[in-house]
Amino acid sequence: MKRLPIVLSILVAMSMLFAACAPAPTEAPAPVEPAPEQPTEVAEPTEAPAAEPVAEPVPTEYPRAETLYVSGAAWGPASTWNPFQPGSLANTTGTIGYVYEFLYAFDPQSGELTPWLAESGTWSDDTTFDITLRQGLTWSDGEPLTAEDVAFTFNLGQQYEALWFSPMWRYVESVTATGDNAVQFKLSAAPLYQEFSNNLYNVPIVPKHLWESKSEEDITVGANEKPVGSGAYMYLTNAEDRNVWVRNENWWGKEVFGTPAPKYIVDIRTSSNNVALGMVLKGELDLSNNFLPGVAELANKGYVKTYFAGPPYMLSANTAVLFLNTTKKPMDDAAFRRALAFAIDVPSIVNVAYAQLVKAASPTGLLPVLEKFDDQDVLASLGYSFDTEKAKQMLADAGYVDVDGDGFVEAPDGSAIELQVTCPNGWTDWMAAIDIIASSSQTAGINIQAAYPDYGAWNTELQGGTFDMTLNNWASMSNTPWTLYNLLFRHPIQEQMQSGNFGRYENQEMFDLVDALAQVPSTDVEGMQAACSDIQELMLTDMPMIPLWYNGMWAQWSDSTWTNWPDENAASPTLPTTWSGYWQLGGLQTLINLKPAGE
Amino acid sequence: MKRYFGRKILVYLLTFFLAVTIDWMIPRFMPGDPIRNMLTRVSVSSNPIAIQKMYDYYSHLFGLDLPLWQQYFNFWKSLFQGDLGISTYIFPTPVAKVLLRAIPYDGFLLVPSILLSWYAGNKFGAFAARSKWLDNTVSPLGYILTATPYMWLGILLAWFFGIVLGIFPIAGAYSYSMSPNLSWRFIGSVLHHWFLPFASLFLVGFGGWAIGMRNMIIYELEADYSHYLGALGAPKKLIRKYAFNNAVLPQITGLALQLGVIVAGALVTEVVFSYPGIGYLLLAAIQNQDYFLIQGCFLFIIIGVLLANFTIDIVYILVDPRTRRGMTGETA
Repeated sequence: MKRLPIVLSILVAMSMLFAACAPAPTEAPAPVEPAPEQPTEVAEPTEAPAAEPVAEPVPTEYPRAETLYVSGAAWGPASTWNPFQPGSLANTTGTIGYVYEFLYAFDPQSGELTPWLAESGTWSDDTTFDITLRQGLTWSDGEPLTAEDVAFTFNLGQQYEALWFSPMWRYVESVTATGDNAVQFKLSAAPLYQEFSNNLYNVPIVPKHLWESKSEEDITVGANEKPVGSGAYMYLTNAEDRNVWVRNENWWGKEVFGTPAPKYIVDIRTSSNNVALGMVLKGELDLSNNFLPGVAELANKGYVKTYFAGPPYMLSANTAVLFLNTTKKPMDDAAFRRALAFAIDVPSIVNVAYAQLVKAASPTGLLPVLEKFDDQDVLASLGYSFDTEKAKQMLADAGYVDVDGDGFVEAPDGSAIELQVTCPNGWTDWMAAIDIIASSSQTAGINIQAAYPDYGAWNTELQGGTFDMTLNNWASMSNTPWTLYNLLFRHPIQEQMQSGNFGRYENQEMFDLVDALAQVPSTDVEGMQAACSDIQELMLTDMPMIPLWYNGMWAQWSDSTWTNWPDENAASPTLPTTWSGYWQLGGLQTLINLKPAGE
Repeated sequence: MKRYFGRKILVYLLTFFLAVTIDWMIPRFMPGDPIRNMLTRVSVSSNPIAIQKMYDYYSHLFGLDLPLWQQYFNFWKSLFQGDLGISTYIFPTPVAKVLLRAIPYDGFLLVPSILLSWYAGNKFGAFAARSKWLDNTVSPLGYILTATPYMWLGILLAWFFGIVLGIFPIAGAYSYSMSPNLSWRFIGSVLHHWFLPFASLFLVGFGGWAIGMRNMIIYELEADYSHYLGALGAPKKLIRKYAFNNAVLPQITGLALQLGVIVAGALVTEVVFSYPGIGYLLLAAIQNQDYFLIQGCFLFIIIGVLLANFTIDIVYILVDPRTRRGMTGETA
């Protein structure tokens, strides 16, 4: 017994050594400037003179009534504030939309581009687009935002191929500042109008005075810490599991759009969805944009609020499409693909896998907000719906019969069919959905098994084209059906398909149709409809991929601190989301419309 | 003494070398390509030249365009320079920086829970062995606790104390309404958030040690030397003291064996409580095939477990006279 204290003291000493490898645990993980001790109550914003940004002390505590807590946008610790960063990296931070702004916004509910940094834009002829910027635009460091900044930003795309919007320079001839507030886009003949208008509300404008001295590496991959933008919020601090943004009190848009209600936004990265759920129930999280299975039940009982009071509870955000690898047998056979479309039990996916949180997709794949581009005649004659008997009949008609009596059909040449449908492991909703795809196809006589590789392996199979069939939903809500069809029929076919046409469907006729759609001016709705009809007819005849359901814009919120969230009863509902890429689709307006509870 | 330590250190170095080599190999055997994952969804693919350029650029940046043997060589070279590479998943943050942010939380969670549960479990087990009443109530509880998966206990604690009673937070390392600063409020918040993850690690460990100690004490009390001491008329207290000293040795060995399990348990506990240690990072790193972050996380675990084992070796010398004598060449 006497020795135990010695033992313990050694253990303790060793543990200290162990712990000493790293700074003390209470030390800040975030790069916070050493701020003087702050009283817990943060002093009301003193009107800092616009010209000279005063280094305000970083507040140590954000008052609950002024702070909005959100989650579901960040998938990892913030690591870059570069608005041009490829992939989903910058997307996790809110950099684009809070800090950096766009020329235009897009209102998905009305389907119109609305001016943001731009005041107005006019086509003086088919290939000349003139933009007039608003008066009094400023960067958060006090410098004015002018036409020079806009021209500089777009010209970066010409200079550096590594920037994602660089391909628009295939048809853009020049972007020039023709005055302090005037920018002129000169396009070549046959420009891709659809992509162009899409870029107008997706290319973030960066300040020339800070970016022109940057190296190529800094611009394309630099982390851009302490970003200076023109937007409604500014970077405050970040840590492993959170990003904190503070309202830009000198934001130029206050007079135009209004003032966003929360002074602070804390964007929380939860490690699992049950944590997010617990935090919403406790009122610690105001808005969760995580997918929470079973949230319908909680909404029915009034614990959380959702956009719709009943099914599907959520707005539709994107289309879950089953990509079929058309380079493999029997997916190279259009008859087989069409039969498969009838064999899949979409109602069960909606009702069982999702417990009614989603809607079945239109066979054209277009979101409800783009419904006007669905050709109803084509749908009536070529649409599909779950019908096992019909699927069996179609298979038999095409020569797929069960030769060896194992309950599954063989290919017309007699070879056995054994296919895999995949999705990343851990995506529980998709895993449940592909289970249903597999089991309902088996009922129709097609031997399909579900498999769940890790995300990385799945992604490699997806882009390398080694999968049989897999789910994908990478076309987000947009102003144009071209966004979806550009994903589905991306061309030319390359060794690696990074962002579309994963099934390598090769059909020049289709590619021409999509290119034709891309060249229709986005003001010509009838022209777009006609182009879409052609695409839809060919798509539903050939069935190279099968749109199944709309993934929801997952959003559940609590009214305890902030009210006036957008829902189906709102007069002009905006989008209740903090996902990246949606701030310019009305996400910011949602923040402006919020009201503190009790007011 | 010198020979003993010389041998030990050699074994540890060899273990370190092998473990780190495996650590380097495993991520590279996973199917998939980290650069492709990183560049996912870039809208440049309509421009094949641009996409290939980006791919080459990043491959070169990460040194993944070199032959494998050269990558391995470079890996050791930069490891000795303290360079763990750059994370692809949270590009462009250096892995060392990511780990330095996260590891304090792991230490803060692991060290107290391992030491306290070991100490309290042994004390309590020895105590329980004395009383029939305690033995009957505590032993079953200990069995239940030690058989509980860390994650499950964590979820139960979070649900009960966090949501039903609402007295503890369920996520984060400190309040989401604070930024780190030196104030009592902040330290209080850190402790408040630390308690539940700590408790779930502590309880599972506690159950195991208590059960082990209880069984060992009963065994030792029945040993010949105990009966002999008793027959000599030694007081019960003295007999128990000897029994405890003997019973604690296997427990120390057990601690060395359990360390790996405890670290793994801490990782899942961190995921349950959204605690910003390396648990979530490792999970995300594996999912995104972030070679460098996986290597870094495992390197930390390897070093931690080896250091702790080494400590236990030293402790053994101090508590077990036989080891000490054997080392100095004395004969019993």
